Amino acid sequence: MSQETTIRENLETHIDEHAHDHGHDHHDHHQSFISKYIFSTDHKVIAKQFLITGIIWAIVGGGLSVLFRIQLGYPDADLNWMRPFLGKWITPEGHIAPEFYNALITMHGTILVFFVLTAGLSGTFSNYLIPLMVGARDMASGFINMLSYWFFFLSSVVMAASFFLATGPASGGWTAYPPLNALPQAATGSVLGVDYWLLSIVLFIVSVLLGGLNYITTVINLRTRGMKMFRLPLPIWAFFLTAVIGLLSFPVLLSAGVLMLFDRNLGTSFYLDQIYIGGEALANAGGSPILYQHLFWFLGHPEVYIIILPAMGIVSEVLSVHSRKPIFGYTAMVYSLLAITVLSFIVWAHHMFVTGMNPFIGSIFVIFTLIIAVPSAVKVFNWLTTLWRGNIKLNPAMLFAIGFVSLFISGGVTGIFLGNSSIDVELHDTYFVVAHFHLVMGVAAFFGMFAGVYHWFPKMFGRHLNSTLGYIHFWGTIICAYLIFYPMHFEYMLPRRYPTHAGFDTFGMFAQLNEFITIAAIASFAFQLMFVFNFFYSIWYGRKLRVQNPYHANTLEWTTPIRPGHGNWDGEIPTVYRWAYDYSKHGRDFIPQTEPLSAYELEHGEHGDESDSDIIQHEKHNG
Amino acid sequence: METTVQTNAKELWSGGDSPFKVSYGKIMMWYFLISDTFSFAGLLISYGAIRLSQPAHNPEIANSWPDPNEVFAAVPFVHGHYPLVFVTFMTFTLILSSVTMVRAVQEGHNMNRSGVLFWLSLTILGGLTFVGSQAFEWSHLIHEGMTLKGNPFGAAGFGQLFFLITGFHGFHVSIGVLLNSWAFLMTFFGAFHRRGHYEMIEKLGLYWHFVDLVWVFVFLAFYLL
Repeated sequence: MSQETTIRENLETHIDEHAHDHGHDHHDHHQSFISKYIFSTDHKVIAKQFLITGIIWAIVGGGLSVLFRIQLGYPDADLNWMRPFLGKWITPEGHIAPEFYNALITMHGTILVFFVLTAGLSGTFSNYLIPLMVGARDMASGFINMLSYWFFFLSSVVMAASFFLATGPASGGWTAYPPLNALPQAATGSVLGVDYWLLSIVLFIVSVLLGGLNYITTVINLRTRGMKMFRLPLPIWAFFLTAVIGLLSFPVLLSAGVLMLFDRNLGTSFYLDQIYIGGEALANAGGSPILYQHLFWFLGHPEVYIIILPAMGIVSEVLSVHSRKPIFGYTAMVYSLLAITVLSFIVWAHHMFVTGMNPFIGSIFVIFTLIIAVPSAVKVFNWLTTLWRGNIKLNPAMLFAIGFVSLFISGGVTGIFLGNSSIDVELHDTYFVVAHFHLVMGVAAFFGMFAGVYHWFPKMFGRHLNSTLGYIHFWGTIICAYLIFYPMHFEYMLPRRYPTHAGFDTFGMFAQLNEFITIAAIASFAFQLMFVFNFFYSIWYGRKLRVQNPYHANTLEWTTPIRPGHGNWDGEIPTVYRWAYDYSKHGRDFIPQTEPLSAYELEHGEHGDESDSDIIQHEKHNG
Repeated sequence: METTVQTNAKELWSGGDSPFKVSYGKIMMWYFLISDTFSFAGLLISYGAIRLSQPAHNPEIANSWPDPNEVFAAVPFVHGHYPLVFVTFMTFTLILSSVTMVRAVQEGHNMNRSGVLFWLSLTILGGLTFVGSQAFEWSHLIHEGMTLKGNPFGAAGFGQLFFLITGFHGFHVSIGVLLNSWAFLMTFFGAFHRRGHYEMIEKLGLYWHFVDLVWVFVFLAFYLL
């Protein structure tokens, strides 16, 4: 840890030297390729590492969903052409082997939830935006930040390696419930796959912890002069609270994972009791599989807020900038984020209504679950009222932000159904649930991420993404998302995680619907590949960013040079005098945070004697 | 950086300064400890859940929860039945090592290098004694037949949870001993003195006190309740 202090001190002295002979932004000129791009301690480079690793995982995770959608949509198709890639996982009849189908959905969930929507979303934007938006040279500890990425990378390597195991990767669902996942003899994926899965998740937890410590500390300690907490842009509030949630919930998954590793490898029975498997009665006694579910969902539920809060923050910023209006109800937005943070810890058992828990306890969790709808609705109304009569710029970032609001509403409504234990008993583990969470936290979080990528791409790479491809990407994705998940609600009686429904006459009526959903899923995946092309092409060949502040935005990241070096600002760090949302105020389109209040101007949230019109008259008078 | 003197509590949060008046390193350590509290809490809650699902101590029932006075009755090199005597010694050693850690931090504030070295070495000694005692206790219990798979004193879950949770705690103590030893060497070679402050000792002190505090709960769960 001394090393990190030294690095930090070196960085500061380095920057100070340059601050004196200002005009030079080549802070990196002594650095080799390895220290600049691979083992970098610059938060901007680490953010890009997270983003690009996340994109690679998103292609893998999305690709897996295409495979199992093909199985669901065309259960009779001959898939022998996949044999060169998948080998023995294609049965002699040319179908996807049931064990492999289970592995596909397990890995799809794990990869998307942890690697893409946690590391890829929070890791990217917290790293990139926190120092730039609060006005800091870098994260509190660049060294720990670098470790955070490399632990994520290690975790990725372990998870990727599990695909090449002879017995296949983990296949017991992304929730890894015991006893299926606690006994190596219970399933092929459980022979070794779950050990890899658990090891990978433990490394991932370390990564989240190291990252979160930095995000929290940077927001608390390194805000520039004048950057009060209630002047912070909303994404920073969201990233801050996301890190708090992660820091409090992930360690519990660590405990759960350690207990599971013991059960699997050392013969303990923390989660096992009275098991009879393969004609053999096991000696394990005294454990409880429900204990694992409690521990898991104590992380698992806050995890969905870890995914959605950063998207909410990004969307709030993008909607405000491209509506040229202040965000509606800034303070309410902050308090609703806080309320969601607190409530996220006391609703976990709504995932467990059918475990046989006491209905009275269930009803308490129902109440808390439904209360979460209140801050969520506050946010939704504030986004809509931000758009109301705004001077809306419909660029791809804005479209994705609006798409986020749409998806969040559509998916959130069904959350109110599912939060009621009496209805959940019917709908539990059906495609209704799949449709619900994909809309509200899967696709919606992706839309938040896309809004962020389109909005901050010019800042990240000094070039613009291609807008035409961006529009096609948006419309293709939102139409496909609804074509996939809207009809899925009709499959409210179809159980999840079945590789085929062929054995059940009742489910025959869904065959064509499943085919339809599969076609939409494949189309949706194709649109994402187009985005990936746009992303990488634009890094090198996109239209160059020629102005410092292309969106006329107020926040601090747009006061840095077009291609900021390590240390972000060439000269002194700017001082902040106002909140981030002074758009269309007193007849001015935007007023950056670095501009002092004029003599007669009131800051946001202040109440004075003068009416607004007096101030405008005064400003006009003074020219 | 401008260091404006801010006295008003409201101004502490207005940016450009640390609102808690502490360095980023200490904030990180505090948040790490809060986080680690949750991993211990997860394990101790699992302990509670498993224990409460099994019959309470009853000599008539073979698999009931064991009586700690019977399990932890050995003292090294001494024959006889001395319930909880040895663990009292272990706990006392660990708490005493917290006291010596406080002294090391204090000497660090005074920039007294030899004082830091003296008190830090006692802390390391305390930590090593604790871990060594734990190793003795484990090997004794394993010798008596309490393993991850069986427990002659009663419920197998007791032994499993005991080895897991005291192991997790012992792992934390061992990490603490390693970090303190590293800090000892840094102090010995004057690295902190040249840096102008002994804040690293303070951060390690936070960690060390935390590990002590957690032991109180682990002790309570396995030896007293």
